[in-house]
Amino acid sequence: MNILNFRVVIAALLVMMLPLIAQAVEPDEILDDPVLEQRARDISAEVRCVVCQNESIDTSNAGIARDLRLLVRERLVAGDTNEEVFAYLVARYGDFVLLRPPWKPQTYLLWIMPFAIMIIGGISIFVMLVKLRSKKTPGGDRLSEEEEIALDAILNDETKGKTL
Amino acid sequence: MKRLIVFVPFAIAIAIGGFAFWGLRADRDPSGIPSVLISKPAPQFDLPPVEGVSVPGFSTADLSGSGGPILVNVFASWCVPCKAEHAVLTRFAEVNNVTLFGINYKDPPAAASAWLDNLGNPYDRIGSDFDGRAGIEWGISGVPETFIVNNEGIVTYRQVGPILGEKAQTQVLEALRAAGLTGENS
Repeated sequence: MNILNFRVVIAALLVMMLPLIAQAVEPDEILDDPVLEQRARDISAEVRCVVCQNESIDTSNAGIARDLRLLVRERLVAGDTNEEVFAYLVARYGDFVLLRPPWKPQTYLLWIMPFAIMIIGGISIFVMLVKLRSKKTPGGDRLSEEEEIALDAILNDETKGKTL
Repeated sequence: MKRLIVFVPFAIAIAIGGFAFWGLRADRDPSGIPSVLISKPAPQFDLPPVEGVSVPGFSTADLSGSGGPILVNVFASWCVPCKAEHAVLTRFAEVNNVTLFGINYKDPPAAASAWLDNLGNPYDRIGSDFDGRAGIEWGISGVPETFIVNNEGIVTYRQVGPILGEKAQTQVLEALRAAGLTGENS
């Protein structure tokens, strides 16, 4: 196999892999300006498809997702900033359309809860460990003299322990 | 204080159980999207009439000042539930004297007019939203969807999916009455 053939094979294999990275974005949607297109992709990845709700419009094949992708691109071409595009969508579909919930009074609980639980849990475990360490066995670590004698008596007594 | 701490796990269990119980309610729809339009003016749009249909198109301005609420229904000839809903809307228009506007969503005019010829046209106006842009302005996620706009042009109600069944129909009629519906024939 000469080098040219080898390249053709590699190229063919790469082409065969294309479906794996294929997205819902169709060729006719893609903008000519790569910078704008990248911004459109970044925005689309953060926007929820309102039909197939756990998918972003970037990966969804739903008709409305395509419409929203085109709309995002249209707004970008019109000169909107990313924030303005998000605001445009939120004005029509509400915060629900954002896959990343915004930081506002209604969502404080949502955002803070995981950290609060982690901190409370961490403190609880710390307190528990400290208490466990400070807990002393009554009468110290060693056996008292009487205990030693009693233990010896038990260990040396042939009859004891065979009371069965 | 030491005594009270014993009840903390109990209280946490009650709280979590409460949330779980709330989440299991039969009438809760976790995928329901709250509409941002409620209590806000109807969105801006201007739709031409559907070719081949005799009623005119409409724009945002046509929604206010008619003297009563307007039921705005988003429909399409390719939408099967719309066909079932059509009978309900026709009854609303005839029996309850509801002013009904239609947004014909992403529908070829020929298909839409054939659909209306076949089933009858209960709509006072129908706008053709062939590219679906007006649908996005209304924040729809599919068809059918129905909105109530009161005389001041404020959206007061949104129904996602067809108005079918006793409960949905009663709710929509109640909402229409709340928005100022008059002149019903009983």
